[in-house]
Amino acid sequence: MDIGVLFSALPGNIAQGLIWGIMALGVFLTYKILNFADLTVDGSIATGGAVTVVLIISGWSAPAALAVAFAAGVLAGLLTGLLHTMLGIPDILAGILLQIALYSINLNIMGGAANMALSVTQYNLLVSLRYIPKTLLVTGVIILVLISLMYWYFGTEQGSAIRATGTNPAMSRAQGINIDSMKVLALALSNGFVALSGGILAQYQGFSDINMGRGAIVIGLAAVIIGEVIGNALVGKRMNFSIRLLFVVVGAILYYIAIGVVLWLRMPTNNLKLFTAIIVAVFLAVPYLKEKANNSFAKAGRRGNKIS
Amino acid sequence: MIELKNIRKTFNPGTINEKLALDGVSLRIEEGEFVTVIGGNGAGKSTMLNAIAGTWPVNEGAIVIDDINVTGLSEYRRAKYLGRVFQDPMTGTAASMGIDENLALAARRGKRRGLRWGITKKEREEYREKLAELSLGLEERMSAKVGLLSGGQRQALTLLMATLRKPKILLLDEHTAALDPKTAKTVLETTQRIVSEHHLTTMMVTHNMRDAIHYGNRIIMMNEGKIILNIAGEEKKNLTIEQLLHKFEEVSGEEFTNDQAILSKKDF
Repeated sequence: MDIGVLFSALPGNIAQGLIWGIMALGVFLTYKILNFADLTVDGSIATGGAVTVVLIISGWSAPAALAVAFAAGVLAGLLTGLLHTMLGIPDILAGILLQIALYSINLNIMGGAANMALSVTQYNLLVSLRYIPKTLLVTGVIILVLISLMYWYFGTEQGSAIRATGTNPAMSRAQGINIDSMKVLALALSNGFVALSGGILAQYQGFSDINMGRGAIVIGLAAVIIGEVIGNALVGKRMNFSIRLLFVVVGAILYYIAIGVVLWLRMPTNNLKLFTAIIVAVFLAVPYLKEKANNSFAKAGRRGNKIS
Repeated sequence: MIELKNIRKTFNPGTINEKLALDGVSLRIEEGEFVTVIGGNGAGKSTMLNAIAGTWPVNEGAIVIDDINVTGLSEYRRAKYLGRVFQDPMTGTAASMGIDENLALAARRGKRRGLRWGITKKEREEYREKLAELSLGLEERMSAKVGLLSGGQRQALTLLMATLRKPKILLLDEHTAALDPKTAKTVLETTQRIVSEHHLTTMMVTHNMRDAIHYGNRIIMMNEGKIILNIAGEEKKNLTIEQLLHKFEEVSGEEFTNDQAILSKKDF
């Protein structure tokens, strides 16, 4: 195994990490800020890809197509939010319903095809795996803009109300916050980010696929959780909101570097999803086990035995 | 001014757990009155406060605050008229947000929340002064997360949040019951100071008869979803616990038995 191969793959891994980092920012918004496990994303990321590819092929510019993809994601999130708040469907189930509905909708968007090619030689695309430096630049700029926007928005009255809703719904209602509206708003915004990331991903890989979102939520969670663990270890007490957001993207990049290593080790690609699940389980377990190691019945028992 | 007109509420209707929690409650509280509410467990004290706050819709009756009929308004819509402090210190504040951010959320109660900054410099100065009045040193750590505060500090902060914008009614739902006696006394004294300073119309539910007699200028006692006693003015001032127990027996026809007193906690 040539270590040079690993390094030459690195820029591509980082590019993918940046693109999924946009998606992970959306997941951060629902999972961490709103405290809502939103599974819509598996569908809305493919919606973003489908909308972008169809529009670019029919002559739209790539940025305009991405804007529409964002809007399509917003709509998907809106529907999940309405299922949850107006019809009383539990959060996870509302997301799953939208996810399954979007599968059919995405097929319809792509005219019944399970995938559609988008050649970078034929169309003027923003990013492509053939032009990695340009991809890094473009996605890097998009991420900085999105993080700045999020930093600003969650400092406003409305953004603060969303954060309060995620932390303490009872208190939020008592302070006159319409928590249903806040949930819908946050879900719409989050899925907008996710669809935007799907649109960029489709351009990068040169096609959109009906299954491109399968397991996306797990990758998004992996990024959020890896970012949090690494961020707390590196920055600790000086952590603030913008650095937290930055570490979400770092988490996504680290995840794709890890995937790059796995591929370099010639592990069968069939096992990638298994590997992803293991990574997420490990990073979720680490803080819990750490706490338990310091504070367990086994230890208390040993201390107690010494006395008696 | 607040008026309750014949409020009825049944929980779990048609099931084995059916409970008539409010059985035709009528009450009028004038501007600036400080009413303490006592009664045994399950008497309907907290339920009455929740009915006013709009935690759920009532089955019958009307709730009118300053000539505004709020019976049909959901909880967040009527929040602009109300200041609330809860029994559980965790309920009233957002733990993962700063002390200053919590106050800023409360300062915007009942206002449209748009894209202006969630907290301004000028506000921070104002909050610093108000926090200093609590004498808990919170003004020195305004950006600290509320989750780091003790129960007593959180209740004092919640009280400040509830009164930051003068509410038409201040609802205190056993807000010192989860605190140790010393902290409870401090929070009650802070309550007294804020209520008289701002001349607030207040309803305070308590389990503690001594507090109910000591604070406020009117006392009401509830039993089985009804108001059974209503004492104000001079009579309230000179009230003793023994008289209160005696009056309870007189009105309800039951004895305020020892174990009932024990079950409803503390100091009878």
